[in-house]
Amino acid sequence: MKAISIENISKKYILSHKKKKYQNLKESVSGFFEELFTNKDEEETKEVFWALRNVSFDIEQGDRIGIVGANGAGKSTLLKILSRITEPTHGEVKVNGRMASLLEVGTGFHPELTGRENIFLNGAILGMRQNEIRSQFDEIVDFAGIEKFLDTPVKRYSSGMYVRLGFAIAAHLEPEILIVDEVLAVGDSEFQKKCLGKMKDVSSSGRTILFVSHNVTAVQGLCNKAAFLQKGKLVKYGEVGDVLHDYMASISKFQLQQHWDTPEVAPGNDQVRIKNIEVVPDFVNGGKNIDVRTPLKVNFEFWNMHASAHLNLSMFLYNMTGECVFNVGSQAKTFSNGLVKGVLEIPGNFLNDGSYYISVMIVKDTADPIFFMEEAISFDVADYREGTNWYGKWPGAVRPINIPIQTWKVDGLL
Amino acid sequence: MEKGNEIIIKAGKSALHYWREVWRQRELFWILGKRDVMVRYKQTVLGVAWGVIRPLLTALVMVFAFGKIAKLEQGSTIPYMLVVIPGVIIWLFFSQCLSQISNSIVGNGNLVSKVYFPRIIIPFSSLLVGLLDALIAFAMFFVFCIYYQFLPNWHIIFAPIFLFLAYLGAFGAGLFASVLNVKYRDVAQIIPFIVQFGYFISPVAYSSERVKDEWWYPIYNLNPVAGTIDGLRWCLLGDYSQFNWQSFFPMLVFVMVSVLISIWFFRKNENSFVDHI
Repeated sequence: MKAISIENISKKYILSHKKKKYQNLKESVSGFFEELFTNKDEEETKEVFWALRNVSFDIEQGDRIGIVGANGAGKSTLLKILSRITEPTHGEVKVNGRMASLLEVGTGFHPELTGRENIFLNGAILGMRQNEIRSQFDEIVDFAGIEKFLDTPVKRYSSGMYVRLGFAIAAHLEPEILIVDEVLAVGDSEFQKKCLGKMKDVSSSGRTILFVSHNVTAVQGLCNKAAFLQKGKLVKYGEVGDVLHDYMASISKFQLQQHWDTPEVAPGNDQVRIKNIEVVPDFVNGGKNIDVRTPLKVNFEFWNMHASAHLNLSMFLYNMTGECVFNVGSQAKTFSNGLVKGVLEIPGNFLNDGSYYISVMIVKDTADPIFFMEEAISFDVADYREGTNWYGKWPGAVRPINIPIQTWKVDGLL
Repeated sequence: MEKGNEIIIKAGKSALHYWREVWRQRELFWILGKRDVMVRYKQTVLGVAWGVIRPLLTALVMVFAFGKIAKLEQGSTIPYMLVVIPGVIIWLFFSQCLSQISNSIVGNGNLVSKVYFPRIIIPFSSLLVGLLDALIAFAMFFVFCIYYQFLPNWHIIFAPIFLFLAYLGAFGAGLFASVLNVKYRDVAQIIPFIVQFGYFISPVAYSSERVKDEWWYPIYNLNPVAGTIDGLRWCLLGDYSQFNWQSFFPMLVFVMVSVLISIWFFRKNENSFVDHI
């Protein structure tokens, strides 16, 4: 059964650009009267902006849909239309079932009211009945962990308490269709964990979820389908892995290869010239983009201009914050002039997810760096995990799964 | 919500079962109203006492300015205070509802832009604050009745009707203003102005008997507050006030027309509030 069917939805906004004509109060007053008498039109230009354009797709009951896209792709507009906050310019949406949308945590909280009063207020705003709230009251308070501050006005709450209380109320909604916007962007990692855990519970109970997030890992873990929006258009809709692959390919700015055909145009100096540097992923698991499991090969070729040079290669892997993850060097060898090739193999299940870049140094006589090619190539490593319910950012510069932790039972007594 | 209940979201089409949905969400009406009442006197020392102080001071100033200085009390057969209080009750109630309702959508912008519910619940629920104050002011009237040893007659049972009509008048005008206010914030500038000068063009501190014979009296009666104040005086002052049909009918017409037009106007625009807020 279809839970939601979206047919040809478009949403138009009109942006008016008013030229600022007056710089100060005096000018604007005199300008106002001038206009009044001369009937001069304001210099105003209007621009039509389509936040969504002809978006159509169907959502089956029990589907968990992740909506991904860059900022301004129309994700929030789509959610606003689905949750009936704004209406589409064209098109039609059919919704079957009780729907609740959570576009913000703690909507309608009044700062002067106490936590207790706000639970009832917020619950009612989200569409819960008073007796429903009453029966879940203790659970909500417990989930938020604010027993002590129940009768304190929320304006005195810390921002963390405020967000926890807001989410706790929303988490106890029991709709058939749940629409969630980037609520995970707020709060500490502890809170994010709690949110995702709760969403997982909701999804396993067979309810339909629509979920907007920039956290690709969370989308991958929670959703079975995804929709990829770009500039208001639906680029792809379908199985979550396929859609995320397209999405990731569209946002990453990585450069997997740099290549020069002749030594004349290539970077370098009179001793060495760079021909080629590339990273080649080895997709063993039938994947399409580089994730933490993928083994990588870095190929490096350069022209050696000297008749005889004692050279070695040194490769640096940096993460996006500029920290060096590792630096490895090759054995120094003596080369006659001509093309030299080096290969670095980075095993799978070693790097953490994130963006990386590689710099290469060519060293003469094991001590004298003759050429340093900085930020030669860059690539993204996507996250992948299984057998866990946690989708927060995995910490660490590397994620070496091959370093095992073992556990065993030592004693039967407590 | 029962299963198999399909919602269609489409341009220019409000929900099919709009009023049913409003009814279903009646708890929200109640809780939003309660919020406004609770918030009102938070962090004040005197608390609800302000509900008494405001009408009392207003009435005292009116009696002083109109009764004593303008000497309007001379022709009055009952204490002038009793003439003024019904006017003050209606006026404070009307002006409060008007300002609350006209600001209700913009003032609750955070709700409007984040959650769906029939928007008309917001202006509806703005009634409760003013109603509470009106009830307190009524109690004050009875205290003065005891003080002056005045006994209202059976007309008093109609008092709630005129209070309700005053509410509808404020609702009709306020609802229209609340829609305009979303797009044109000029409305927020006009309303306090109306509340300020409205005193003088309504029979708050004087009886409409005084202006009845003027040629402009029919124009004066276009103000719906005049009709409701006359009505409430008839309810509370018994034999000392005649029922004024001349102001009652224009008021009734105003109320009915304005409420219907406003609701139509509101429904037409409510789905695009969020784009302008």
